[in-house]
Parts: sequence; C-alpha cells; structure tokens
Amino acid sequence: MHAFANPARFLRFAMPATKWLLAIGGVLTIAGMISGLTLSPPDYLQGETVRILYIHVPSAWLGMAGWIGIAGASLSQIVWRHPLAAIAGRASALPGATFAFLTLATGSIWGRPAWGTWWEWDGRLTSMLILFFLYLGYIALASADRERGGDGRIAAIFGLIGAVNLPIIHYSVLWWRTLHQGQSITLTGSSIAPALLWPLPLTVIGFTGLFAAVVLMLMRKELAHAKVEARLRRTARP
Amino acid sequence: MNPWPFVTAAYALTIGVTVALLLGAWIGMRRAEAAADEIKRR
Repeated sequence: MHAFANPARFLRFAMPATKWLLAIGGVLTIAGMISGLTLSPPDYLQGETVRILYIHVPSAWLGMAGWIGIAGASLSQIVWRHPLAAIAGRASALPGATFAFLTLATGSIWGRPAWGTWWEWDGRLTSMLILFFLYLGYIALASADRERGGDGRIAAIFGLIGAVNLPIIHYSVLWWRTLHQGQSITLTGSSIAPALLWPLPLTVIGFTGLFAAVVLMLMRKELAHAKVEARLRRTARP
Repeated sequence: MNPWPFVTAAYALTIGVTVALLLGAWIGMRRAEAAADEIKRR
C-alpha cells in the first residue's frame, strides 16, 4: 500500500481505475438485476419476493465492507501513518452508509411480504441499524475534525472501535435465533438452489465495482481540494 | 399479497439511491479537479 503513498502515483492508478470500475461494475450490476428479475425462477416458498435477494445481499456485503475499509484505513493511519489513509477512510464512509441504509430499506420491504412485518428488533436488523448510526457518527466526527485542521486520529480510533460491530452483525443470526434467517451462503457453499443463485455473483461483483469507483472518486475529490487549499495558502503568504 | 409492488419498490429505491451516489461523487470529483486545474493554470 505504501507504493500509493505519493498522491501523484495514486492518481496515475486511480484515474483509469475509476473508469474501468464504473464500466465493469455498471454492466455486471445491470446484467445481474435483469437476470434476477426475469431469468431466475420464483422461490417455491417466497415466490417472486425472493428477487429482492439480488439487491439486498450486495447491499449488506457493501454496508459491512465500507466499515472494513474504514477500519483498515484507520489502522494504516495510526500504525504506519500512511498519508492517504485518512482520505481513504473518509471516502469509504458515505458509500458504506448508503449501502447500510439500502440494506435496512430493502430488508424492510422484503420483510413485509415474507415475515408480515416491516421491522423487528431482531439481532441482525438491530446490529445493522447500529452500523448505520456508526457511519453517521464517523462522518460527523471526521468532517468536524477536518474543519478544525486535525490529523484525523480521533476518527481513526472511532473507526477501529466501531469494527467491533462487524462480527456481531455476522454472527447475530447464530447467537440470537429470531426472525432473520440463518446464513445461506458460507465460504464452504450455499443452501440456495443453483437456479436461484447464479445472478447473485453478478450483482455482488457489479455493486462492489461501483462502490470502489465511488471511493476512488471521493478520494480524487479530496486530493483536488487539498491541492487548491495548498495553492491558496501559498499565494496568500506575504 | 401481490409481491410485485414490494419487488418494484426495492429495485427502484436501490437504483435511484445508487445512481444519486454515483452522480454526486462524479460531479463533486469533476468540479474539484477542474478547480485544481484552473488554479494551477493561473
């Protein structure tokens, strides 16, 4: 990662990467959603509502991945003092919060026909709601720290502490067996029928590409702002 | 219960929010980079 410590070197990578991620992510996301809506069969139990799976699962993965990014960037900032780490952490927060919100919203919409309720204070739903609030806290803390000219360490510490919630979300369906179903997809396999499962990797990879593109665009925006601020400071000197 | 209003709402919300996120990030980046280029040229 220290190869990208130099912002100029990072931008040489980020500029073409943004376009490729947008293109590949866009194509895979659209293909996955069309396949999920039209080509895969309805579930024998849930019927057509199972199609929400193809947007709910990628949202849940990215809601958590955003905080993994914040925690990794925070560690990199505190331990190795990587110059781009604080920017990477801040850039992961908005897309992470957006996908955490989409997880809660699509889950709620799915819950009404599947469970008969929009919301339940179940372990998985509650820990995901906490993650969304953690994102809001991180965004507020990071922007306040930046406005005061801080080095971002307070936000980084908050990013590391907030990572405690990630295993809670992951294992919540095992620890508290309430309304949310258990794990359908693990590292060793899936309990979902292959006929239903195949569009899911398309949307998971597609949305991940779009998420990464957003992170790079927000990092490029911050670097450009920093350039303008540095130039203005230089010209303002007597 | 007709499932399609729920499926449609979930997809419409996801597409709308994702497009808004992408557009917001793209426009913000282009404006910031244009301002950086402009100040460099001065």
